Amino acid sequence: MSALVQFTRRYRFSASHRLHAPGMSNEQNAEVYGKCNNRFGHGHNYAVEITVAGPVDAETGFVVDMVQMDAFARREIVDRFDETHLNADPVFMGDCVPSTENLAYEIERVFKAEMPKLDATGRLRLTRVRIEETGNNSFELMCDEPQKQSRAAL
Amino acid sequence: MIYLTRKAEFSSAHFYFNPLWTPDQNLAAFGKCANPNGHGHNYTLEVTVAGEVDPATGFVVDLKLLKDILEREVVSVYDHHHLNHEVPEFAATNPTTENIAVAIWTRLDGKIPNARLHRVRVYEMADLFADFYGETA
Repeated sequence: MSALVQFTRRYRFSASHRLHAPGMSNEQNAEVYGKCNNRFGHGHNYAVEITVAGPVDAETGFVVDMVQMDAFARREIVDRFDETHLNADPVFMGDCVPSTENLAYEIERVFKAEMPKLDATGRLRLTRVRIEETGNNSFELMCDEPQKQSRAAL
Repeated sequence: MIYLTRKAEFSSAHFYFNPLWTPDQNLAAFGKCANPNGHGHNYTLEVTVAGEVDPATGFVVDLKLLKDILEREVVSVYDHHHLNHEVPEFAATNPTTENIAVAIWTRLDGKIPNARLHRVRVYEMADLFADFYGETA
C-alpha cells in the first residue's frame, strides 16, 4: 500500500481564437459570443494544468516521470498550440468552436491517449485538466467523472 | 461544511538520491536533481481543513491557531534546512514534492482541533505541485 498523490504540472502557450459557431447566423454568433466573435480573432496567454494521480513509487518518490511528461506536453500541447490561431487547428476547423471548454476536452483526449506510456505502474490516472484563459477565467475538467462525449471528439 | 485553506512558505535544500542505485542510475533517473550538494526551492504549502462553523465564533478553526500549528509542525522543521540531512522522514525517503506532501499530512493529521485535514498541497515552484488527500492505493 502506498500513498496516492495527485501531481500537477503547468504549461503555458499563447494563441489566438475566434468564437464562431458555423451552425448559427452571423447575428446569432454576435449575440452569443459578443466581442469574442470579432472576425479577426483575439488572443490569450493560456496556462494549462495537467493533473495525474497514482501511487508514489518507493524507489524514486515520484508518481510520474516528469521529464517524460514535460517532453510529451511540449511536443503535443505547447508546440501544437503556441503562437497559433486555434481555429486553424484541425480539431477546430469545422463545427467545434475553440472555446476553452472544448480546448480542455481536446487536451484531455491527447493526454489520455499518452497515459499508458507515462505509466510505469499501471495505476496512473489523468484526473484533471485545468486551463486558465486569463487571470480571471479558468476551466476545470475532472477526468475521472463519467464523460459526456466531448465536442472535440465528435 | 466549509473548506478553509491556510498558506505557509518554507525555503529548503534537497537532492534526489536512491542509495540502492549506482551513481549512474541515480543520474539517469534524477538528472541534475541528483547533485549530492543539493539545490533549493521556495516551497509554498497550502493546507485545507474541513469543518462546520462554530456558531459562537463564526470560525471553522482559528486561523491564528492553524498558523501556529503549521509553524510548529512544518515550517520550523523544514525552513532553511536541508531536507535530506536534517529532516528525519527524509533520511531514507526521497524528498520529492509528492513525498513532502505525504510527510506534511502525517505531521498535521489529528493535530488540528475541530476540523478534519482535507488536503495538503505543496508547490515546489509555480508550475509544479502535488496534492495529497490522505488516500492510499
